[in-house]
Amino acid sequence: MTDTGGTAPERTARVVLVDDHRMFRTGVRAEIGRTEVTGIDVVGEADDVESAVQVVAATRPDVVLLDVHLPGGGGVEVLRRSAPLMGDQGGVRFLALSVSDAAEDVIGVIRGGARGYVTKTITGSDLVGAIFRISDGDAVFSPRLAGFVLDAFAATDTPPVDEDLDRLTQREREVLRLIARGYAYKEIAKQLFISVKTVESHVSAVLRKLQLSNRHELTRWATARRLV
Amino acid sequence: MAAPGSETQYPEPDAPAAPGAAAEHPAGGPADPPYRRLYRSPHGRILGGVAHGLAVHLGLPVRWVRLAFVLLFFAQGIGALLYAAFWFVVPIGIGEPAPGAATQWAYVNGAFVRVGVGTARPAGPTKGRSRGIARLRELLQGTFLGAPDPAGPGGAPAPGEAAGTGRTGGAGQLVALLALVVGVIAVLNALHIQTAKPYVWPLLTIGVGVALVWRQADDSRWQRWFGLDEGSKRRSAFVRVAAGVLLVVVGIVAFLVLQGSGSTLASVVEASLAVLAGMLVLVGPYALRMWQDLGAERTARIRAQERAEIAAHVHDSVLHTLTLIQRRAEDPKEVLRLARAQERELRLWLYRPDAVAEAAPDTLAEHVRAVVAEVEDRHGVPVELVCVGDCPMDERIAAQMQAAREAMVNAAKYGGGGPVQVYAEVEGRTVSVFVRDHGPGFDPDTVPEDRMGVRESIVGRMRRHGGTARVRPAAGGGTEVELEMERADD
Repeated sequence: MTDTGGTAPERTARVVLVDDHRMFRTGVRAEIGRTEVTGIDVVGEADDVESAVQVVAATRPDVVLLDVHLPGGGGVEVLRRSAPLMGDQGGVRFLALSVSDAAEDVIGVIRGGARGYVTKTITGSDLVGAIFRISDGDAVFSPRLAGFVLDAFAATDTPPVDEDLDRLTQREREVLRLIARGYAYKEIAKQLFISVKTVESHVSAVLRKLQLSNRHELTRWATARRLV
Repeated sequence: MAAPGSETQYPEPDAPAAPGAAAEHPAGGPADPPYRRLYRSPHGRILGGVAHGLAVHLGLPVRWVRLAFVLLFFAQGIGALLYAAFWFVVPIGIGEPAPGAATQWAYVNGAFVRVGVGTARPAGPTKGRSRGIARLRELLQGTFLGAPDPAGPGGAPAPGEAAGTGRTGGAGQLVALLALVVGVIAVLNALHIQTAKPYVWPLLTIGVGVALVWRQADDSRWQRWFGLDEGSKRRSAFVRVAAGVLLVVVGIVAFLVLQGSGSTLASVVEASLAVLAGMLVLVGPYALRMWQDLGAERTARIRAQERAEIAAHVHDSVLHTLTLIQRRAEDPKEVLRLARAQERELRLWLYRPDAVAEAAPDTLAEHVRAVVAEVEDRHGVPVELVCVGDCPMDERIAAQMQAAREAMVNAAKYGGGGPVQVYAEVEGRTVSVFVRDHGPGFDPDTVPEDRMGVRESIVGRMRRHGGTARVRPAAGGGTEVELEMERADD
């Protein structure tokens, strides 16, 4: 998705892993946890909602890698209970990881406050890139998530409740389409003749709409996971 | 009626469409089950399917059984009593073949559809009499709303479906019912059974009312099993039950009036109402609790069945794949292929709503999925698919799918073994498919002549069908094929 920034890390991020599969946590730790190479410092792990909330509160990491399906209420519950810790400035940020393809899972965690969604098939270097992107306050969209968003915001006859939140701009649509086609942010910038920064701000704008819009498709998906 | 012995087969409904049915009713395929339980047959029944069920159970032609009932009916009405008793006691069953039914039901897309009424018989001039009987039979079946709705949910009525039977709800049926009653009375008169006897009319009315209500009870069970569209049928069900209750009440009142207690009718009604209210107050809580318990039990049973089904569907194939992977551990490509195929199957099963797949099996999204699966399996390269929107297939889009397949094969072969990204989108009338790899890339203008794949099967094919294809290096490396096609007019 992004470049990892060379061999010697010029920056670091403190990360907590939340996943109920120990093998997966071990694998991720092995891939990204070598701080001297990747700049990622894994400061805590948790395997259910209860312990996740505690670990996140105790360590205050930059980024939490959050599994969507967790015993005790799922990733959504962790997001709900950690909401006070999520601030715009220096707050804890969440990146959802899942094997799930279900729209309500994906849309559900995003509406719950996660700033990105990637599948567990993501490569180590891409994951490192995604973590730094999230810790910078940007959003990370997998191709599948982009597809869901395009679907959810597809042109319908229903008049928008809130013009600003319920519609995607032409530019945002183009960016999402390129993400769905498998383009990285840098490639999108090149394709549309804009800067990577602009691409990031478009994606962040889409994320905001996704979290705040009351479009009925979104609400439907959200209520499927019992959160609105 | 068709000739006795012309066997018809009812395809077994698959489990998901019939929650709760499979557990109670063993599959009765063409092979004889070891013992034959007595069920009432829902197929081609006129009233309650008793005669049919008995015929199947005893291995007799259904006509004989019906005839026996009719004859017994004239023996002091024993036939009617017997029939009612059977109806009351014997459970309605499914899956057993019906002997010599003119009405055939095919199981299509989760609903039974009537086939072959009026088409089963050879075309051409049929004897007026036999057609008359068939018509009467259909009328009867329609009156009591015979077997399930001939048109599947949302479907059109099957060919040969007589207008006004089974689908019109209340009015037509009531007319037919009245005609039936008059007919029965006429027959009784003709046979010199004294209709003058004062109690015949009320009793008949009560009987018909009870039959209606029982029939409705059968049908609602039937509907529950087959998950037919209940919303659309609720009204007609209500009309039928109401009509049945009304008939029974009218019959009882008439009975009372004839008995001579008509003068005190008001006080009798008052007293009965009081008794009824008292009963309701006493029994109500228990009935309610029972009803709720039943509901809970049903839910639990459906859940258990769902679990069993998951186990059957998924666990088996997953275990199988895992075993294969262990045995082929030294062949990484094969292991990758196996794992990927299994993952795809499991995902499809978990995340695609069945309803979608069943309602529209022939859409773009389904086809793209199939093509992706095939390419993944054949070339061992993961293909990631994202679909936005959907539309029905037509020839142009089929051509586009062919081109897309070719593009995916190319990407899998020459894309450096990395994952291939496919994005399909329907926007208004335009269908676009993008196939992207992260390989070394190539310049389409310098394609050697022997690589006809791109030139002919992708670009040429799209052009012939009125679409466009562009092959270009993707920003940031790799190649992207873009296929665009306008949908044909529906």
